[in-house]
Amino acid sequence: MAKELWKGNEAIAEAAIRAGCRCYFGYPITPQSEIPEYMSLHMPKVGGIFLQSESEVAAINMVYGASGAGARVMTSSSSPGVSLKQEGISYICSAELPAVIVNVMRGGPGLGTIQPAQGDYFQATRGGGHGDYRVIVFAPANIQEVVDLMQDSFELADKYRMPVMMIMDGMIGQMMEPVEWKKPAVKLEDLPAKPWATTGTKGMRAPNVINSLFIDPNASNDHNMRLHAKYQHIIANEQRYETAETEDAELIFVAFGTPARLARAAARLLEEEGIKAGVFRPITIWPYPYDALYEAAAQDSVKAVVTVEMNTGQMIDDVRIAVRGCKPVSFVGQAGGRVPTPQEVAAAARLALGR
Amino acid sequence: MAIVYQKSKGLTDVEFHYCPGCTHGIVHKLVAETLEELNILDNAVGVAPVGCSVFAYNYFNCDMQGAAHGRAPAVATGIKRVLPEHVVFTYQGDGDLAAIGTAEIVHAAMRGEKFTTIFINNAIYGMTGGQMAPTTLVGQRATTAPLGREREHYGSPIRMSEMLATIDGAAYIERVTVTTPANIIKAKRAIKKAFQLQIEGKGFTMIEVLSTCPTNWGLTPVEALEWVKEKMGPFFPLGVFRDITAEEAK
Repeated sequence: MAKELWKGNEAIAEAAIRAGCRCYFGYPITPQSEIPEYMSLHMPKVGGIFLQSESEVAAINMVYGASGAGARVMTSSSSPGVSLKQEGISYICSAELPAVIVNVMRGGPGLGTIQPAQGDYFQATRGGGHGDYRVIVFAPANIQEVVDLMQDSFELADKYRMPVMMIMDGMIGQMMEPVEWKKPAVKLEDLPAKPWATTGTKGMRAPNVINSLFIDPNASNDHNMRLHAKYQHIIANEQRYETAETEDAELIFVAFGTPARLARAAARLLEEEGIKAGVFRPITIWPYPYDALYEAAAQDSVKAVVTVEMNTGQMIDDVRIAVRGCKPVSFVGQAGGRVPTPQEVAAAARLALGR
Repeated sequence: MAIVYQKSKGLTDVEFHYCPGCTHGIVHKLVAETLEELNILDNAVGVAPVGCSVFAYNYFNCDMQGAAHGRAPAVATGIKRVLPEHVVFTYQGDGDLAAIGTAEIVHAAMRGEKFTTIFINNAIYGMTGGQMAPTTLVGQRATTAPLGREREHYGSPIRMSEMLATIDGAAYIERVTVTTPANIIKAKRAIKKAFQLQIEGKGFTMIEVLSTCPTNWGLTPVEALEWVKEKMGPFFPLGVFRDITAEEAK
C-alpha cells in the first residue's frame, strides 16, 4: 500500500480506530489534543463513542466502566494529565481490565512545558499509581512504529487483561511522517469474547463483579501474587527491542523514542572518526529487555555504554541493572523540553571512551 | 400457604455487614425490589462506591462494578455509553458523592447521563469512623470536628439535590427518607420513578435518601430515626426538586 503523510497524534487516533477501538474518553492537553479532536470527528463515523470528560480523572474512570462493559477502549493524555490518571490505572490493573493509554510526553515536573520530554519513564515503568502493579509500555520511535504497535497494544491488553501504555515524547505526536497501513483493519466480530464483562446476566449466569477490593489479607495477598505471576509471564514473553550496528561495536548507545534517532545520527558522526558505535533501542520499556542489553554490552569489543534520554537520567537505572557492572555506563541528555543534539551525544561518547 | 412477604430476588444471600439501626439495608431492599418489579435485574449493571456501601457489589443480585472513591458516576458513564439499552445505577454516600466525587456527579448530570444515582446522606463518614462530611450539620460533632462543625471554619453543609436540580440534564431529583413505614413507601415510589425515567431515556435521575448512622452519631437506632427528622429534616427538606415529566405535562 502507498505511504501517506500523517501527523503523529492523528495517526495514533486513526490506528486505534483501525485496531477496533470503538470507545475513547479524554481531556484536552497539549501536545496531544489532536488525538481527542480526531476521535471526535471520526469515532462517530464508525459507530464508536467519543466523550470529552470533565477531567483526566473522570476519563480514566470512564475507561474503567467501558472496559468492564466489554468495550475496546482507549484514553490519551500528556504528562500532567497522565499523573491524574494514575489512580484509575491502579484500579484498572487490580480489576484486570484491558485498556490502551497513550502518553504524549511533555516537560515536567509540575506544569512544566509543552515541549517534548521523557520525564515520565519512572512513572510508566514502575507502576505510577499506588500498589504493586505494572503496565506493558511500548516506546515507539517513529510514527510508522506507533501505527504498527497499536493493534498489538489492544491485543496484549485483551490477552493479559491489563492496560498497555504507549509512551512517546511530544516530538512524535507533533511531527509528520510517511505511514504505511500494513495491517488490515480489525473486524469487530473477530474480537475475543469477554465472558467476565458486566453486560447484564440475561438470566443466563451468576452476576459478574468487577472490583479491586480484597479486604481479607489472605485474599489480597493471593490476588497480588496472581498479578505478580502474570507480570513474570509477561517479562518472559513480551520483551521487544531493536539493535543497530551493535555487533562488535566499541560503544553502545541505549535510547528509546526520539533520542534513539539522535543516537543513530551521533553514531554516524563517530563513524567518520573511526569509532564504531551501535544503538540498542528498547521497544518495550516494561518489560525491559535486560538480557538482550547485557549480551550486547558484554561483548569484548564494547568499552562503554551511554544512555541518551530527554530527562535527567531515568532509564539509566534499567541500563545499569542490565549491564550488571560489566561495562561503564554514563548518561547524556537534556530535560524539561530541550532536545539533545547529535553533536552533544557524540561528545558524550568520546568522553566515555576517553578520547 | 400464601407467601405474603419474601426477600427480593434483587438481593443475594450474602449477609449485610451494616450496623444495627443503619438504614442502608432498607434502601438496598428498595432498590432490589425496584429492579425485580421492573424486570430489569437481568439487564442491570450497578456501580458500588467507596464508603459504608463499598460491599454493595456483594448484595445486589445483578452485574456490578466497584468504583474508586467518588468516581462511580464516571464509571457508570462508561458503562451506559457502551450499553445504552442496559439499566445502570450508582449507589453512593455523601463523602463519595458530595466531597471527593463532586465533579463527577455534576458533570454526569450536565451530560444528562441516563443512569440512576441512589445518594445516601447520613451527614457523616461512616466507614472511616465518623469524620465530618460536607453534609455534616453545623454544630454536629464528628471525629474531625470534635467540638462540632463550625460555620466560620467549614461553612454550611451542601445541599446536593437542590444544586443538581439546577442542571438541565437532570430529569428527576427527589429527597426522601426511610424513617417511618410511610416514608419507606414514598422512598420506594421515588426510586421506582427514577429507574422508570432512566428506562424511558429522560436523563440523569437521583434519589437522595436521608439515612441514619447510629454508630457514629452515638445514638440508639430509635434516637437516630428521631435525629433524622428533628435535625436533618429542617436543613435537608424532603421533596421533588426536579421532575421534567411534570414540566413536560404543563
